[in-house]
Amino acid sequence: MTAIPDTARPARRIPLRGLNFAIAIFVVLYAGIAVLQPNYLEAALFMNFLRRAAPLAILACGQLYVILSGGFDLSMGAVVTLVVLAASMLIGGDPEMSWPVIGALYAMGLAVGLANGAIVAFLKVPSIIATLGTMLLVNGLALAWSGGAPRGDLPDNFRNLGRLVLRDVPLVGTLPVAVIILAVATLLMGWGLHRTAYGRRLLAVGDNPRAAELAGVPVKPTRISAFVVSALAAVTAGILIGGFSGVSVNAGRGLELQAIAACVIGGAQLLGGRGSVVGALFGALSLFALFTLLNLLGLPQALRDSLQGVILIAAVGASVLRHRRST
Amino acid sequence: MSVDTLSAGRARRGFRDLPVPLVVIALAAIIYVAAAVITGQTNQISLPGLSGLLQRTVALGLVGLGQTFAILVGSIDLSVAALISSVAVLASYLMQGDPGMIVPAILACLALALVIGAVNGGLVAYWGINPLIATLSTGLILQGVLAAGYTYWSGRVAPEFQALAYQSLFGVPLPVLLLAVLALLAWFVLAKTRFGAHLYAVGGNPDGAKLAGLRVERFVLAAHVIASLGACVAGLYLAARLQSGTPWIGRDGIYDLESIAIVVIGGTVLSGGKGGVLGTLAGVLLFASLDASFNMFGVDAFLKQVLRGAIVIAAVAVYAVRNKGHVA
Repeated sequence: MTAIPDTARPARRIPLRGLNFAIAIFVVLYAGIAVLQPNYLEAALFMNFLRRAAPLAILACGQLYVILSGGFDLSMGAVVTLVVLAASMLIGGDPEMSWPVIGALYAMGLAVGLANGAIVAFLKVPSIIATLGTMLLVNGLALAWSGGAPRGDLPDNFRNLGRLVLRDVPLVGTLPVAVIILAVATLLMGWGLHRTAYGRRLLAVGDNPRAAELAGVPVKPTRISAFVVSALAAVTAGILIGGFSGVSVNAGRGLELQAIAACVIGGAQLLGGRGSVVGALFGALSLFALFTLLNLLGLPQALRDSLQGVILIAAVGASVLRHRRST
Repeated sequence: MSVDTLSAGRARRGFRDLPVPLVVIALAAIIYVAAAVITGQTNQISLPGLSGLLQRTVALGLVGLGQTFAILVGSIDLSVAALISSVAVLASYLMQGDPGMIVPAILACLALALVIGAVNGGLVAYWGINPLIATLSTGLILQGVLAAGYTYWSGRVAPEFQALAYQSLFGVPLPVLLLAVLALLAWFVLAKTRFGAHLYAVGGNPDGAKLAGLRVERFVLAAHVIASLGACVAGLYLAARLQSGTPWIGRDGIYDLESIAIVVIGGTVLSGGKGGVLGTLAGVLLFASLDASFNMFGVDAFLKQVLRGAIVIAAVAVYAVRNKGHVA
């Protein structure tokens, strides 16, 4: 009880620890890439790496909000698929339509996030079941809408969000638009989580919802908001993915698990209470660096899944061991 | 906590006092009959029609039986879908149409399931890894290996083995008999043996069970092994039914989510310690009736997926909404 005035200090220190861990992993993995392909050390190729990793990093930061609030969001991949398919169907190749459609996409994301949150907060369905359900639902809707074979093209001004690279930028040389979006998104989500009262409430809810409720935190709205942030992050990632990989019914498959893995690598504790945006960001970059490294080593694409399973077990297992030692 | 249970005990009587499995079975029957009558396909309400309905329950029912154990003990198994695919692929690869290989192939599949179950149980019980993550990960590992190696592991089951899935005994399809026998066995273990009673104790209150001298970890491990064995039998059945296994039959059947859903619909509590096999059978019957009804109404495949998602959520919500606390 007497420890309450001190809570600010450990909260400040713990993100730092998560940060060190994930950054170290990333540096090691990227060094491995650089050994195999020395030109990855050039600024242009590093920027290109960041551009391709941007959707996963944004997804991971969104997922982090839900994980910190004590849940999981497994519907992210389905939202990405929905966004890519819906964009191609709604825009239909007309550049004029790009901006209004992007607004509509965010509205869809908002709806999915609110639905997830309401199902968990009011109907008390465990988030893993609830979001698996909405995953099926959203995927089914996206496929039914496009008839399983998406029509329509994405116009250049839409695709440029994920694809365009600005040249002759001072200091860095080249700067992909996706990296700017990544920077803005992570700064925004990092600010929301680590610099606002809302962020503290979210952590409190994830740590102990009953205690948070007794302390006057509006638990239900806070949890719903986490799912909304996650869904909006998924929309952002979907727009970027649509930009550089084009339209496909598998656009989002498996991304939700990659996002969770990234958070765990970044030191987030499952079922809430601990984690940082910097950790999630570098967790995502580490995961992506690992995929790149394995590609360079010529490992079959299919084994990615297996590797992710190993990483998830290792990351969660390591954090279990660390905690066992400290308590 | 005790206040909550007290007030729940005093809840009003009526519909909610009926045993959950009975309510679910009645609901399944109403849906099935109503769909048959509305679409004019009254021939579905006949012995062959009903036997077809029961046949639909087999694969999911087998997985659900195993999943019931995992959930009862307070854990969960998300690796069942990948294990089903692995078993189906392994069985058809080992058999290559040779009836002499039926028994070795079945034994190999059971061994695989034992290993996966032991790994799951070990990760959850002894290492303390969150069961969702642990089993999701073992599932991912299996799925990746399958997808990478499938081109080398093609094959098909022996015709004699395939016949097992289509034969009947006294008018009852063999697979339905298999499900019935295993369900009876599972019911006996849970309701009539000391092991079963201990499983409930561990699921209901792990700390209390530990203080009472139970080796909690062993029960969690055993429950995971049983869950894997259930998935293994389901995989063998699907291989027999489809002649050969592919790496995606488990995932495409959404057996992980649906097995959890039917267990929960049957009244087994996700946090463990309460529920049973009868509820799971009722849950699978409800899902089969819904599926059959969708087919009678001619709902297209994508829309069916949408409805399934909605039904899973709604079904779990019916029980969960009464919870007083907050859920993860």
